[in-house]
Amino acid sequence: MVPTDPGPHQHVERHNHPGIPITVDELIRTQVALVGNPNVGKSLFFNYLSGLYVDVSNYPGTTVEIARGRFQDIDIYDTPGVYGISSFTAEENVTRDMVLKADVILNIVDAVHLERDLFLTQQLIDMGKRVSVILNFMDEVEKQGLELDIRLLSHYLGVPIFTTTAITRKGFDRIPEAIHEARRGQQDREQHSRLHTMLAIAGSEAEALLILEGDEDIAQRHGVAPGSEREAMYVERRNRVNLIINAAVSEGQIRKRLSTLLGRLAVNPWTGVPMLFGALYLIYLFVGSLIAQDLVEYLETNLGNGLWEPWVRDLVARFVDPNSWLGTILIGEFGVLTMTVTYLLFLLLPLVIAFYLSLAIMEDSGYLPRLAALVDRSLNSIGLNGSAVIPLILGFGCVTMATITTRLLGSEREKRIANAILQFAIPCSAQLAVIAAMLAGAGFRAMLIFSATILTVFVAIGTILHRTLPGKTSPLLIDLPPMRIPRLDNVIRKTAFRAYFFMKEATPWFFAGALAVGIMQVTGLLNIWQSVLSPFTVSWLQLPKEAATAFVMGMVRRDFGAAGLYDLSLSPDQIVVALVTITLFVPCIASLMVMLKERGTKEAMIVWFGTWVGAFLVGGTLSQILL
Amino acid sequence: MRSTISLHLAKKGSFLRIEGIPEGKSRAQLLRLGLLEGEMVRCLERLPGGTIVLEKNRQEIAIGFSLASTIVVTVVKFPKEKE
Repeated sequence: MVPTDPGPHQHVERHNHPGIPITVDELIRTQVALVGNPNVGKSLFFNYLSGLYVDVSNYPGTTVEIARGRFQDIDIYDTPGVYGISSFTAEENVTRDMVLKADVILNIVDAVHLERDLFLTQQLIDMGKRVSVILNFMDEVEKQGLELDIRLLSHYLGVPIFTTTAITRKGFDRIPEAIHEARRGQQDREQHSRLHTMLAIAGSEAEALLILEGDEDIAQRHGVAPGSEREAMYVERRNRVNLIINAAVSEGQIRKRLSTLLGRLAVNPWTGVPMLFGALYLIYLFVGSLIAQDLVEYLETNLGNGLWEPWVRDLVARFVDPNSWLGTILIGEFGVLTMTVTYLLFLLLPLVIAFYLSLAIMEDSGYLPRLAALVDRSLNSIGLNGSAVIPLILGFGCVTMATITTRLLGSEREKRIANAILQFAIPCSAQLAVIAAMLAGAGFRAMLIFSATILTVFVAIGTILHRTLPGKTSPLLIDLPPMRIPRLDNVIRKTAFRAYFFMKEATPWFFAGALAVGIMQVTGLLNIWQSVLSPFTVSWLQLPKEAATAFVMGMVRRDFGAAGLYDLSLSPDQIVVALVTITLFVPCIASLMVMLKERGTKEAMIVWFGTWVGAFLVGGTLSQILL
Repeated sequence: MRSTISLHLAKKGSFLRIEGIPEGKSRAQLLRLGLLEGEMVRCLERLPGGTIVLEKNRQEIAIGFSLASTIVVTVVKFPKEKE
């Protein structure tokens, strides 16, 4: 196979993608997509090339993040990490469409794991795209005693290869060259001949290949039946990759490395479980203790109650009577300008940042997938597999965000179970902060009863759904990336990005919630609501009737609900009952919206009303026992 | 001695050859990760309950019990014979 001139194909390839509208700007500028397996350092290259001018958005119709940067006359796209191009997951769909659209593919490859990574490389080449390969982690190749014949590798693949070391950024200066020298590589001869029949229909080799490999989306776009040859084509490709590797890679003395050892210890039950508790304890120290208690208390009292609130109260009081209805709404007890601002800026923001920081470190260090392997079998008993540990942990940060990530789970059944658990039994970080503060005041016994009750509900929901829903749990199958020390700039970038998006999403709901409660307060609706609910709150839960306010606010934001209990004078046992009820109570409005979108109206409504029943049932039962 | 077993029964440290992978979505994923019939792997860890961690040329892959129990392997080398 002689690599053919890429020129004439580009025109054809531009017009066959109903998935993505193309703007005039994009026709002029070269479109480059960074593509690679997960954890190969794509973001580092993206950050290097794009500098500060990045616009990040959700890919149309999905919640998958797509970052676009500009570098000279090039638009550069960061894509989600995948092991191959097809449509198994939402991430794969996005990466697939980005690849189809791009003029040039910069394929980032982990030089230590060529067997795994070159499958994708060969597939990109088989798609007839212009490709340049960047072998990253060259420092580790040396440390692990591997020898790569890069000229031979480049010869077999038929595309230029550049080498880099992410940590020191060695070789990064040649990336622009890599973009310009990208070319079509050596396609698998067998596959290429098959392609020609489909080419006439699909219009581009890339899409023709995907149709032959049974990609249903692409086949549908062109109105043909998806091919049935995936298996054969994958095996051919795999064999070809193995041949290339046998020729180009030789293994010297393998040296055991600390990171390898650490990775092994993390999946060994004897050392992994203590490591998990160690990690959770560190997160607790950082998020739960340092941030949630010390920093938040300082910020809330000094900046919020001490500085901001008096200032804004004085300012508003010059124009509006503080005792009027408008005054109550703006600067009263649940004031939009007082309580809400303090809450958002001095409680929620530091917590959200701290939480995402911890998560980014766990992600980038390669610990999360190992954790998934470790807990896999335990999660099996509630109908989930190990990968569900990610949404579940994320839920302790923000249930809304976690609900979105449930789409990563393997089956509809697992999504349903994980979603129900999240909405019922997992308190988010903002709520957790208020809960922690109240429980700290109520003593150790209260803490114990609260945790035991919530844990029981967690297991009960999972078990019941697992037993009653039809179908089977999909098996765990994940690659464990090497343990690495996370790069600070990457971690900070990720955290800042997520925190920003979260605040952007949550802020309007906060104001809406405070406004709603404020209006209910001035119109007297709040009192009516309190009386309506009083049979439940006063007789059944044995709480003061003002606790009903918390349930109004709880519908807006979960932590608003918990915060509504904060000012009531309650006995330790009452605190437990109130907190259990509010924790199990309905998810916040933002979560509800996401749930409606992800799970459909019927299921979302069942879960939403279910939390009413569940919360009052469990809270009330506990109250009857304790009080 | 060579014996054919289900992967979830593999002993930690043993070297295995993959003999059979069932059809289905998981098969395509396994192919991409480089696990197909005839490949040699090492069982790095067997977690309680049968979640298996495999190593193939510096690459580590975790496979849940339900999938592991459908993969057939031959034990090429027991852990005690190691080197």
